[in-house]
Amino acid sequence: MDVELKEMLDDFESLKRALPDPSHQDSIIKLQRRAESLISLAQSSHARRSKVKDMSAEVIDSNPYSRLMALQRMGIVENYERIREFSVAIVGIGGVGSVAAEMLTRCGIGRLLLYDYDTVELANMNRLFFRPEQVGMTKTDAAVQTLSDINPDVVLESYTLNITTVKGFETFMESLRNKSFRPSTHNSGVDLVLSCVDNYEARMVVNQACNELSQTWMESGVSEDAVSGHIQLLIPGEAACFACAPPLVVASGVDERTLKREGVCAASLPTTMGVVAGLLVQNTLKFLLKFGQVSPYLGYNALKDYFPTMQMKPNPQCSNAACLERQKEYILAKPARDADAKAKEAEASNLTECPIHADNEWNISVIDDSEIERTDFPSSSDALPEGLVHELPSAVEFQKFPEPEEMSTSIDDLEDLRRQLDALNAN
Amino acid sequence: MEGWDPNTKSTLTQIPLLTTKAGPRDGAAWTQRLKEEYKALIAYTGMNKSNDNDWFRISAANPEGTRWTGKCWYIHNLLKYEFDLQFDIPVTYPSTAPEIELPQLDGKTHKMYRGGKICLTVHFKPLWAKNCPRFGIAHALCLGLAPWLAAEVPILVDSGMIKHKDDAAVSSES
Repeated sequence: MDVELKEMLDDFESLKRALPDPSHQDSIIKLQRRAESLISLAQSSHARRSKVKDMSAEVIDSNPYSRLMALQRMGIVENYERIREFSVAIVGIGGVGSVAAEMLTRCGIGRLLLYDYDTVELANMNRLFFRPEQVGMTKTDAAVQTLSDINPDVVLESYTLNITTVKGFETFMESLRNKSFRPSTHNSGVDLVLSCVDNYEARMVVNQACNELSQTWMESGVSEDAVSGHIQLLIPGEAACFACAPPLVVASGVDERTLKREGVCAASLPTTMGVVAGLLVQNTLKFLLKFGQVSPYLGYNALKDYFPTMQMKPNPQCSNAACLERQKEYILAKPARDADAKAKEAEASNLTECPIHADNEWNISVIDDSEIERTDFPSSSDALPEGLVHELPSAVEFQKFPEPEEMSTSIDDLEDLRRQLDALNAN
Repeated sequence: MEGWDPNTKSTLTQIPLLTTKAGPRDGAAWTQRLKEEYKALIAYTGMNKSNDNDWFRISAANPEGTRWTGKCWYIHNLLKYEFDLQFDIPVTYPSTAPEIELPQLDGKTHKMYRGGKICLTVHFKPLWAKNCPRFGIAHALCLGLAPWLAAEVPILVDSGMIKHKDDAAVSSES
């Protein structure tokens, strides 16, 4: 097609020269322009840019990173190019996960690990990212197809598996532990895990993996009625884990009892999902590139445009054993953290050597903001800020189980029990 | 437990409760839990048979006891409708309940997640969370699957989404 279009351009050129009447010149030039734009269109449709070795801050149209590197010049980010060293795992490539993956890809993230076991369906088309021609493909394959086109610099790994099964979980853990991309002393080879799944079971699995690996992660969710969502930062040992308290949901602002819940076909909106993906990746960028404040919890109520925030301390009676271990480690590391903080403070005070106020007639003292905040955190058992509610009840602790007699006296061999059930099943 | 019929309630109280909080990755503790699962299932199956309310078969499909398969059935208008039944024990079990699947009904009802996982969110998940780790597979069948079948099978039959196997055979012959 390119060749034919170029020939056409040449023809126009000779026609222009051959025609003595200047009144036709304008229309010929117009035709030439159209042919030129067709050529550039045809080229862009199959041109895939080659990989970029270094991120450049040069402001030219052909630099995919110029606007991102400008964050440094604006004083927002100290070293943007560090983003190429980071690995982010995204679990669940649905309405939120796929958009988050695209955002990180466009930001030039170093490596993305994608997990999902589902396939693309036409029913997904009310959300962003996937295209109708991808229907039937696995979500991971479809995502890799689009993402590698958008930015070939990103290393993409895709895992088509269900992380809640024993086998899927093993592969999931193994992939997180793999440090081939960048050597690190940490248990895990990724910098952050993003949970973009749509169910409690899968969230609990991500929680389990991250607690065991002491891996910081962020959770995200959109309600079934599509009008609220949330993101949450989980640092094992330091912040509440997902099992520390029943999961929080942002109340929709409508009386729950008046809501009809017929069937499980959840509603979804590209807007709410896009907003939540945006909040999630914004928090991710702040966390990785160390700018601004990283939100520990941010809710979104679309009906009232209300954004509750809160922070939760871990539950010392958490039912998750790995969480308790991380909590212990965090407490043991307190002296080191305090020394670090003091060193930083000393460094800061070195900069302002002379005291600001030589005398203190009224004995005014300054209390550290962060300390007040720390004592103020609602613990997981405390009352929640307005607009947040628990999704599930917590387990009721019984002091003692009334153990039925036949339970303790009957046989206690697994094979015998299996045979006994088989015998019952046989007739 | 408000809102449950007295029959289900009395059945439930007779299923032995479990005590070991262990999942498939917990080694010996999982074996202990598995024994308790079997005891509860044996008691529940036996109870159903003696009450003339036999409605499922389930057995472990692998030696580790992490995958279970079987059948379940429901009588509607004197006809028996039978379905394959399967589920995996999730790695986070028993903090999270098994996701019970009826693969033959996948796509036939909207009260189901992809892959034929029945919807347990409203009627069962809160109960499970509250009673962790005392509830096991037997409780999940009794409080999760049984009420789902009772609610959904009549609708599926009346709307023509599923046919009795005799009718299906006749219509395919003709």
